[in-house]
Amino acid sequence: MARVPFAFEASTKPPRDGKKFALRFWSNAHSRSMEKTYAVLEKVLRFSAPLFKAIGYERMEKPIVAIEKTIKGALFDCRMCGQCILSSTGMSCPMNCPKNLRNGPCGGVRANGNCEVYAEMPCVWVKAWEGSKAMEHGNKIMDVQPAIDHRLKGRSSWLAVSRGEHE
Amino acid sequence: MNSPLIHPHDLGPTPAAPLPELPDHTSRGRLERVLRRGEFAVTAELNPPDSANPDDVYERVAHFDGWVDGINATDGSGANCHMSSVAICALLTRVGYSPILQISCRDYNRIAIQGNVLGAAALGVCNVLALTGDGVQGGDHPEAKPVFDLDSTSLLATMKKMRDERAFLSGRKITDPPRLFLGAAENPFAPPYDWRPLRLAKKIAAGAQYFQTQYCYDIPLLKSFMQKVRDMGLDKQAYILVGVGPLPSAKTAKWMRSNVAGVHIPDAVIKRLEGAENQKAEGIKLCIELIQEIHEMAGVAGVHIMAYRQEESVGHIVQESGILKGRQPFRRAFATAADSEMPPSSVGMGQVLTPA
Repeated sequence: MARVPFAFEASTKPPRDGKKFALRFWSNAHSRSMEKTYAVLEKVLRFSAPLFKAIGYERMEKPIVAIEKTIKGALFDCRMCGQCILSSTGMSCPMNCPKNLRNGPCGGVRANGNCEVYAEMPCVWVKAWEGSKAMEHGNKIMDVQPAIDHRLKGRSSWLAVSRGEHE
Repeated sequence: MNSPLIHPHDLGPTPAAPLPELPDHTSRGRLERVLRRGEFAVTAELNPPDSANPDDVYERVAHFDGWVDGINATDGSGANCHMSSVAICALLTRVGYSPILQISCRDYNRIAIQGNVLGAAALGVCNVLALTGDGVQGGDHPEAKPVFDLDSTSLLATMKKMRDERAFLSGRKITDPPRLFLGAAENPFAPPYDWRPLRLAKKIAAGAQYFQTQYCYDIPLLKSFMQKVRDMGLDKQAYILVGVGPLPSAKTAKWMRSNVAGVHIPDAVIKRLEGAENQKAEGIKLCIELIQEIHEMAGVAGVHIMAYRQEESVGHIVQESGILKGRQPFRRAFATAADSEMPPSSVGMGQVLTPA
């Protein structure tokens, strides 16, 4: 099957085959515990704000990005959009959608729940819907997400949370 | 409106001029007026030409003359290259038709889209349909760069902001805002089924005023979708036009369901076509039956006919289904007659014109 590039950035990983195990499906299936874990992380990040500020956010950017990329890359196939909305998408990263949809599925989802573009990959938003149903604040999937800010690509969402820039 | 009369709001002083402003209406177009009046609206999809000849557009659209309230100009549908949507809309407004500008997020970024929206509105376009767009891999240029800077929902929010807040996404002011009737697409026939009505709600929250759905060949699935839509009161917040279309043959139907994204055709439909002597006629008959069933369904505001390469059958389908109930949508002949017989000022709010 010919591969098309993702809109957001050239993919280094092939699209996930729904039949094979991938950590991203596991994280999505455990969205409730992911949500709880993140709630703790969020508190830590906000609590650390004075410390981070003292060190300097710009100086923190590089090491934190490295950590964030490793952890979220493994757990969610994170693409470092820099404006993470995993809590609003059932712990399924919307940037893995080949159309980079941030507000829900397109109309092309196959009857088996797979992607229109990659027949073997489960639709990111079908997974998002399943994940959000298990979450305490799953109704956040109904929030209208604004257009993505391409300047934030590759920057740390965690530091942005610490600065209070987004939830 | 049970007589073959044309409503004065359906005609401006000249075919291409915007209609008089009405209270609560966001656009000065015909489609919004027809829907707000509670009529069962009919829209149709125009298959755009692969040529630079305007007559190709006018020839195709002639099949819809007097049968539809809005004409969708597709924007690179199926990721194939055709004449642009804005250009087709401009050709249509020139002669008085009410086009629906389809905008797909696949091909342009937010700068190009907002510029296009202003330009289209300046050319007399009153209706838009915000779409994400098919992936490039299915089209004739699979090597193209997919843009997807916005998605259909953020595109709706962008256009709502332009219209209501008189500002670009950046916040910069627009001196004269585009007066638009904002539309979106929905596919009740694709998973996740239980989320589809909620997605409709999300698009309404972002600014959608009407919806055009994907092809409907599965009435039970549409019924359960509409039930949820009504339970949530969404049919009162936006107009829902259900997509329909005649299938030319069982073979095409099979090809469509396995190759066209988002098209769901049940086996029973294919069996029925296979069993027919004249498959094309049977396809049209089926389409008419579907329209009649959809017409009876509570909460449905109209139908959207996508008769790909069968544009000539649209008039017959609309007439046979009886959904217009004697109502006569815009015809070019009316506009020319009204234009030549009456001074522009005489086409007022309270008058009803009889067709020539």
